[in-house]
Amino acid sequence: MTTPLASYLLVSALLFSIGLAGALTRRNAILVLVGIELMLNAANLNFIAFWRYGPNPEALTGIMFAIFAIGVAAAEAAVGLALIISIYRHYKTTNLDQIDSMRG
Amino acid sequence: MLLDVRPLTNTMPSNVTIERLDQLKDVPGEVTLPFFILSVLTILGAAAALTLRNLVHCVLALMLAFVGLAGLYLHLDAQFIGFAQILVYIGAVAILIVFAILLTRGGESPSQSIVSPSWAISSVVSVIVFGVLAWTIRSSATTRHSIPPQPEVTVKQIGDALMSRFALPLEVIGLLLTAALVGAVTIAMQDKQEMK
Amino acid sequence: MTETLDQIFVTLNHWLVAHLPVQTQPIFAAILSVVSIIVVFASLFAMTTILERKGLGRFQNRYGPNRVGPYGLLQPLADGLKSLTKEDIVPRSADKVVHLLAPLVLVVAAFLGYAVLPIGRNMVAVNLDAGVLYFFAAGSIVELSIFMAGWSSRNKYSLLGAMRAIAQMISYEIPLILSAIAVIMTVGSLSAVAIVEAQAAYTGIWPHWFVFTPWGFAGFVLFMIAGTAESNRSPFDLPEGESEIIAGYYIEYSGFKFALFFLGEYIGMFAISGMAITLFLGGWSAPFPFLSWIPSYLWFFAKLFALIAMFIWVRSTLPRLRMDQLMSFAWKFMLPMALLNLVNVAVWRFLPSGLSRWLVCAVLVIVPYILLGRGLVQSKKLEKRVYRFAD
Repeated sequence: MTTPLASYLLVSALLFSIGLAGALTRRNAILVLVGIELMLNAANLNFIAFWRYGPNPEALTGIMFAIFAIGVAAAEAAVGLALIISIYRHYKTTNLDQIDSMRG
Repeated sequence: MLLDVRPLTNTMPSNVTIERLDQLKDVPGEVTLPFFILSVLTILGAAAALTLRNLVHCVLALMLAFVGLAGLYLHLDAQFIGFAQILVYIGAVAILIVFAILLTRGGESPSQSIVSPSWAISSVVSVIVFGVLAWTIRSSATTRHSIPPQPEVTVKQIGDALMSRFALPLEVIGLLLTAALVGAVTIAMQDKQEMK
Repeated sequence: MTETLDQIFVTLNHWLVAHLPVQTQPIFAAILSVVSIIVVFASLFAMTTILERKGLGRFQNRYGPNRVGPYGLLQPLADGLKSLTKEDIVPRSADKVVHLLAPLVLVVAAFLGYAVLPIGRNMVAVNLDAGVLYFFAAGSIVELSIFMAGWSSRNKYSLLGAMRAIAQMISYEIPLILSAIAVIMTVGSLSAVAIVEAQAAYTGIWPHWFVFTPWGFAGFVLFMIAGTAESNRSPFDLPEGESEIIAGYYIEYSGFKFALFFLGEYIGMFAISGMAITLFLGGWSAPFPFLSWIPSYLWFFAKLFALIAMFIWVRSTLPRLRMDQLMSFAWKFMLPMALLNLVNVAVWRFLPSGLSRWLVCAVLVIVPYILLGRGLVQSKKLEKRVYRFAD
């Protein structure tokens, strides 16, 4: 017996909302990025689940989207972390509540 | 026909209403033990990643969540994605985040509160988001189709598809990764004036 | 007769599993193969420690350990007893959970790689369709465990050693994977069993191993160098050298946890050698067709011993590379060579077979090697040294 599609979608929704909660509540800039990565992964899980349970798995569309999403997420993590390091050099803190003025 | 998107044909009759919520026993399949263990691992890892005080512990818990996700992909017969997930996320993104934590002196435990002042509203928002998503999933008719048999997908097919139908996205992602590489190095590079 | 000797472990496996109830048979077959892999490679580790110490001793014109048994052959027993009975010291400010988990993650990740190596004909633990990708994914978990070890010790030198080790490992992972891709392009599949079976044929008495082609030879050399760096072995062991940084990321480990690190490193070395054998040296196939009466698993272990001997030889001969030398070697020499190797494979495939193909591909290997080697050496202008004093 295989698991139903609804279970995978529920897990993905739960991961997405945990990532969203983390990205919105934590103070450290790096943890906001961690939350964003979790949200991207939840979406990937959704794609793969629908690929497996959908009508045309030979078209490989779900897998392709997930591959490119992994690539884009990794690139975005790299640029985001570079930004955080650069901001840290200027403000000497990664606390988002203290990085709140546009003036340098 | 660059993107061969076929709509999911809905075999349910068009008068699907909310009363079908109580017929959830029509949902085919049951939750198997590997799926249960993997999803508990993933969700616990994700929850720990966003509630722990110490940043490095958060990253390690996040990696646990990614391992659980890779296991879920393997459970869905997507071998290539599962192993690529481990290779990319645990082998590269984890190292990136860890280096960033160490370069921004995040290794010590924070002395102040770890959540921003508006944490209550944010939690309520995310609970509402989860509620809406879960309600949509439960009431949807697409999740009640019968389970198709295991697809016979080899990595060779993925390679063929990447070279024929998905050649354009492949080249674009190559450009994107190059741009991200150059951009990250430029942003994080120390200015020559600052060093003097 | 040779057939039965060749398949003796497979038939033994089937016979043992047949005694059990039908539903649990897959699980017990899997458990049996896992247990046999762990037992075989852990005893290989014990044998290698004494082999290495005596080999190093002989290279350095001295005897190795020769007290504990006849010719010192029971030394691993003494080493194991010592590491088991030493006191397990954990620093007071260390992060206890992560400090405990780091060697465990290392050993588990190192052993996971063996699941796709075909040790003999029909003797692979799991015949995964994406086998080579699984192997590299298991290898990339090792980097995280090294970071955990270095960070949890709350020691500056430990952290520094861990950071250096991680930078080295991610730098050398790229030439490693690129040189494996050359083989994958030729075979057309990521499955390790398919790669070995593509090399198991003979033309005349010459085997079809990929190491006997120009691109295969270059790929094999690149793979072995990158594999040495991946398992943090000399001459790439700056992060853990005893004379450099007092054992780097495992300074604060003592007793059994240190033995686990040691075990994990050697198991990783055997796994990379096993993958090199699978990709380039023909796996379990014999070098000449008239020698194929020897069982396939004996050929695999013979090749594994040859590669281990080469590792020990290189360790005792070459001096340690400095960190910047190591990194520039990876990014400026090995990465371009690996990329050119990919072009070489494509050229090999599309030229008609014959002498011209060999000549063109050999030139495509030798000329960039000479140019890159000369170019990188000459770019450093040797000038008079300037000293900076402390006042």
